[in-house]
Amino acid sequence: MPRFNLSSTPFDTATLRAGLLDASVGAYASFEGWVRNHNDGRGVQGLHYDAYTALAEAEGERIIEEACAKFAILDACCVHRIGDLAIGELAVWVGVTAAHRDPAFAACRFIIDEVKSRVPIWKHERYVAGDAGWLHPRREDTR
Amino acid sequence: MTRINVLYFASLRDAAQVAGETVSTEAADLRALYDELQARHQLPFPARQLRVAVNGEFADWSAPLREGSDIAFIPPVSGG
Repeated sequence: MPRFNLSSTPFDTATLRAGLLDASVGAYASFEGWVRNHNDGRGVQGLHYDAYTALAEAEGERIIEEACAKFAILDACCVHRIGDLAIGELAVWVGVTAAHRDPAFAACRFIIDEVKSRVPIWKHERYVAGDAGWLHPRREDTR
Repeated sequence: MTRINVLYFASLRDAAQVAGETVSTEAADLRALYDELQARHQLPFPARQLRVAVNGEFADWSAPLREGSDIAFIPPVSGG
């Protein structure tokens, strides 16, 4: 089963968490990213996530594999919503299990940071003022 | 001439006004293809701010075009 998934509908984190737990787990760390009602000083009404599905799933899997190689963890999983989301909805979830807390925290942080910087998903915000726009944070030039 | 399929996402899709198109081009590599399409559609980024993917995998801008491939230009991402 893939450990990185895109979901076009709300998903249940308790089920995902239960899927990671077993008798060898001594620590579980998770991250939840939620849709908030403001960004960069502007009121936000809701948002839409677009993704290049095939590449996003492949890159997400690579990130989980890298986390498993880099940290002493037992398992990890990440789900990212796509489509239309309202304020207060869960946008992204990361769960990590390990024998001890340090690698669980570190891998969880690594996965969300890498997902945000590498996975081809784009946020389109609708503002309270009536306008809307894509977020394309400026990154290092690569050419 | 090489025929390839181009996919557009986010603000690139808004600028091109299509999600994808088949293009016949004389461009030798991905960078030349992007420059051609940027001029045609007024795409809002220079290539150096983008990544490029071929058939669902990230690729180098200097890679030659292959007939029938699916090419996606990846603007700066904003998931999470």
